[in-house]
Amino acid sequence: MSVDQATVRRIAHLARIAVKDEDVPHLQQELNAILAFVEELGAVDVDGVEPMTSVIPMKMKLRPDAVTDHAGADVIVANAPAREDNFFTVPKVVE
Amino acid sequence: MTQLNEFTLAQARDAIASKQVSAVELTQAHIAAIENARALGAFVVETPDQALAMAAAADARIAKGEAGPLEGLPIGVKDLYATKGVHTQACSHILDGFKPAYESSVTANLWRDGAVMLGKLNMDEFAMGSSNETSFYGPVASPWLPAGWSAEKARAAAATKDKKGLLVPGGSSGGSASAVAAHLCLGATASDTGGSIRQPAAFTGTVGIKPTYGRCSRWGMVAFASSLDQAGPIARNVRDCAIMLRSMAGYDPKDTTSVDAPVPDYEKAIGASIKGRKIGIPKEYRVDGMPEEIDALWSRGVEWLRAAGAEIVEISLPHTKYALPAYYIVAPAEASSNLARYDGVRYGLRVAGRDIQEMYENTRAEGFGPEVRRRIMIGAYVLSAGYYDAYYVRAQKIRTLIRRDFETAFAAGVDAILTPATPSAAFGIGEKTNADPVEMYLNDVFTVTVNMAGLPGLAVPAGLSKDGLPLGLQLIGRPFDEETLFSLAQVVEDAAGRIDLPKPWWS
Repeated sequence: MSVDQATVRRIAHLARIAVKDEDVPHLQQELNAILAFVEELGAVDVDGVEPMTSVIPMKMKLRPDAVTDHAGADVIVANAPAREDNFFTVPKVVE
Repeated sequence: MTQLNEFTLAQARDAIASKQVSAVELTQAHIAAIENARALGAFVVETPDQALAMAAAADARIAKGEAGPLEGLPIGVKDLYATKGVHTQACSHILDGFKPAYESSVTANLWRDGAVMLGKLNMDEFAMGSSNETSFYGPVASPWLPAGWSAEKARAAAATKDKKGLLVPGGSSGGSASAVAAHLCLGATASDTGGSIRQPAAFTGTVGIKPTYGRCSRWGMVAFASSLDQAGPIARNVRDCAIMLRSMAGYDPKDTTSVDAPVPDYEKAIGASIKGRKIGIPKEYRVDGMPEEIDALWSRGVEWLRAAGAEIVEISLPHTKYALPAYYIVAPAEASSNLARYDGVRYGLRVAGRDIQEMYENTRAEGFGPEVRRRIMIGAYVLSAGYYDAYYVRAQKIRTLIRRDFETAFAAGVDAILTPATPSAAFGIGEKTNADPVEMYLNDVFTVTVNMAGLPGLAVPAGLSKDGLPLGLQLIGRPFDEETLFSLAQVVEDAAGRIDLPKPWWS
């Protein structure tokens, strides 16, 4: 399988990465190189094989449903690039 | 007299225990070595004040007879580990200015045992790379030099921004490997998703182990591909690796994939007899176009283990050739999900846009480097509607087959598997960056199977290439049997003889 330029733009949008028009052709080429590389997986007989969900067999652990993080709001927002008091701020999303 | 930074970690520990040297003296020697080696680019942040404070506290504990197993031993930390109040960016632009309010579990374990932090080490951005060239902070030079290079020529190249012509230390843990090989720290934390501990260790003549998935907590490590990522050490010999891993490993309730099993004293496995141990030699690792010197190195490794009493058997791991392509579906898929969190809202870089959507897209376009953008996009594609089954589910099924290959070998009585660590010796900085991305990926052809199957893998130096560069062998073990790997690796280390690390040309 290979991707065309429209698909490159669609993937970039899905990934929330802005792509300049002049970058689309070489991105297309690079993505197709990787897709060509993984092509041979199509030849493997995987009938009846379970997809791996856990690389080491382990039982999912449960813990008491209790608050374990007491960092505090000021600590949580401390690294934000934009904030007001203890809130993250973003460009307006509601008109 | 030996310079204090030339001690191995075990020698330094013993010198501290016998009061020949203080933690502060040992730390000062390493701080000076780091200052003199800035041209290598191994450290992205130096924390000398914190190091000296930790060393003074260590000396106080030693005086009170309360020393931990790593008391006063200065180490480096890969920039991927969250360190409280200290630069933690996985060497990405998108995490600009990020200083976590918490400490990763692995580094917390090291500090609990008395280790001293010298600073944060360079790495490929988000651990995506095999040469340390994708770092936002620039490349790292290996202390090893290309054949025929003078110290003068090397210093001139190291002074340039792109360090072209010098050798890569491998990646993604390139800063860790370079710093350890250059005697800037006694050991370093590293991490391995497809070979990022073992390949740089092999390129720099150091020892690195990726333990079994679940052996170390991933809590507080910047996530790349959560089902493959695992912490481990790089150090100058097998014993030092064993000492460090014992402190790094252990159950952590904050990581549900960490395993609740006691951590053995790995150092005790060093020197154990390997008589009668069954070593598998997988025929599928004899890949097309493998350089003759790698093949010869592998054969020597076989002879060394045989001479020490091991039984050598040929084995077959038939799905080996599918491991790397399957990895380049699974790892980008998990990365695209993990890296969705970098959106310019909660931490790091924000680039403005007309609306929130454009703000996200601009931030991620500027904040991620080309390799990371490429992998996120591949991941988004293989997970997208209509392609999920054909790519992602199929790759996870192939992963089951890869793991089954190893299980079959172990069920037949194989205790460990010996392979080359890398398909070549280190290459030059800038040599592979403009090529097809797949050419760089091929570096991990021997290491990636181990991550896909969750097994422990160790790289140990075993000789030099015709150009005088280090080459490593890889030992692969049964799940949670790191001890056997340490016993076998010590045999290889002893048989290979001393591999002299480069003299400091950089200062």
